[in-house]
Amino acid sequence: MKRKKFHPSSLYLCAVLLLMYLPVVMVVIYSFNASKSDVQWAGFTLGWYQKMIHNESLMDALRNSLVLGVSSCAISAVIGTVGAVGLAQSDFKTKGLLENVAMLPIMIPEIILGMVFLAFFSFLGLPFGMITLIIAHTAFCIPYIFIVVKGRLAGIDRSIGEAARDLGASEMRMFFDITLPLIAPAILSGSLLAFAMSLDDVVISFFVTGAQTNTLPIKIYSQIKLGVSPEINALCTVMLALTFLLILLSGALTKTKKGKPIKPTISKEANQ
Amino acid sequence: MKKVKNYNWALVLPIYAFTILFVLIPLIYIVVLSLLRKDILWGVTNEFTLQNYRKMFDPVYLRTFADSLGLAFGTTVITVLMGYPFGYFMAKLAPKRRAFVMLLVVVPFWTNALVRIYGWMIILRAKGVLNHLLMSLGLIDTPLKILYTYGAVLLGMVYSLLPFMILPVYTSVEKMDWSLVEAARDLGANAAQAFLTVTLKLTLPGVLSGFVLVFVPSIGLFFISDLLGGGKIMLVGNLIKNQLMQARDWPFGAALSVVMMIMTFAIIFLYRKLTHSSDLEEFF
Repeated sequence: MKRKKFHPSSLYLCAVLLLMYLPVVMVVIYSFNASKSDVQWAGFTLGWYQKMIHNESLMDALRNSLVLGVSSCAISAVIGTVGAVGLAQSDFKTKGLLENVAMLPIMIPEIILGMVFLAFFSFLGLPFGMITLIIAHTAFCIPYIFIVVKGRLAGIDRSIGEAARDLGASEMRMFFDITLPLIAPAILSGSLLAFAMSLDDVVISFFVTGAQTNTLPIKIYSQIKLGVSPEINALCTVMLALTFLLILLSGALTKTKKGKPIKPTISKEANQ
Repeated sequence: MKKVKNYNWALVLPIYAFTILFVLIPLIYIVVLSLLRKDILWGVTNEFTLQNYRKMFDPVYLRTFADSLGLAFGTTVITVLMGYPFGYFMAKLAPKRRAFVMLLVVVPFWTNALVRIYGWMIILRAKGVLNHLLMSLGLIDTPLKILYTYGAVLLGMVYSLLPFMILPVYTSVEKMDWSLVEAARDLGANAAQAFLTVTLKLTLPGVLSGFVLVFVPSIGLFFISDLLGGGKIMLVGNLIKNQLMQARDWPFGAALSVVMMIMTFAIIFLYRKLTHSSDLEEFF
């Protein structure tokens, strides 16, 4: 085979990608810089990480974010999966409309969703804090899991399930023995995506978090409004590391038998 | 058969119950709230009024709307100019490389938007990386003011939303029927003509999809203008945030949200009319 010639368009692709990753790289590099405020390199240090670990309020925010991510992810995984399975089997005339309703939370701009939650929760008199955060995050996590699972379901050969039914399996048995194992990777990768979204969310959390409960992004937001500090660099690097771990996990989970990875997130096949 | 149907209803019930209870009903509540009169101190009265909507025609607020739409428009134009060639070239790469570049474009979706904006603060601030570089190259004597300007906010917006333009363009270029371009060339069109009359037309749905995905969020990303604009650049997003958190004028905040929501749905409706598609399927 002839080696492909170098094309000038590659240069453009590289330049844009470089620009995309430059700020992220900067955050990581400066989290190891010994100097507090200067741009000049003053030697390698892990001091900022040490400081971060001993910062009680930061660790508190980290804990909150993890609890929030795991619980909203778990609740929405159940609701989203069951919903996608139900919708795939149904032949309602109103299917399209119902699907639009399910997708509503990610069609509305985030800021409006945040304000809607704030107003409605205070109308209901719910105390702002972890409960309101979990409800809000569950609401916007459901569509992600719903899309991914729905996409996977569409790719399943229906005859397998029908064969199981013909052989006498109950509807329940068919779901647990056939459908669930087939869609399990999709549920997991959808959940990881939802978890990442929950871990990243600033706008919606900003509105529904109480005065007492901080999530990690909210904490970072209030700190960087005051300016640049190396401790925040360290914290951001930890968040990046967490995210990359999620991406790797999701990539490993969505590998098909041929070893060809499915696109890690928002995949096009979902709507087809 | 009847039994299966009931069973399906039970399965889809939770997702609709949750979405209707916590998203649809609250949305309706916001519309009602926007029509109520604000109490003198805070809270609302039970009196209906259109005053909250009238208030938007105050020149101060009209200005905010104009600025915000201007910035959203600028952001969209730049992302098209940058993202179209990117998506186009990407679709023409060899499959292995294409998958790798796709991974690199998708990763930012997962990483925290704040962290990436913060990276720009490190680069752009007065004592930051860029000024340091320019000064050591002898190009400038005193640090330039880049952070906390309109340009910085525009940069942050473009930077954050660029992947949302690249992906739909890429998808539409990838699934395009290249034989049509070849046919145009065979019939005597030069490369530029073929691109303008065939390729661009066929990939327009992707561009439009990208337009929706960039334009809509850029009205509301208040934290970018807060962080990179230093609070001096007021967008509709910031205005809504301030009405809720500082001014405590919830009915006005609700009215602003309703207007923004109508704008959003109008854009999505227009997109569907133009492309005859029911979804932003270039993307999802």
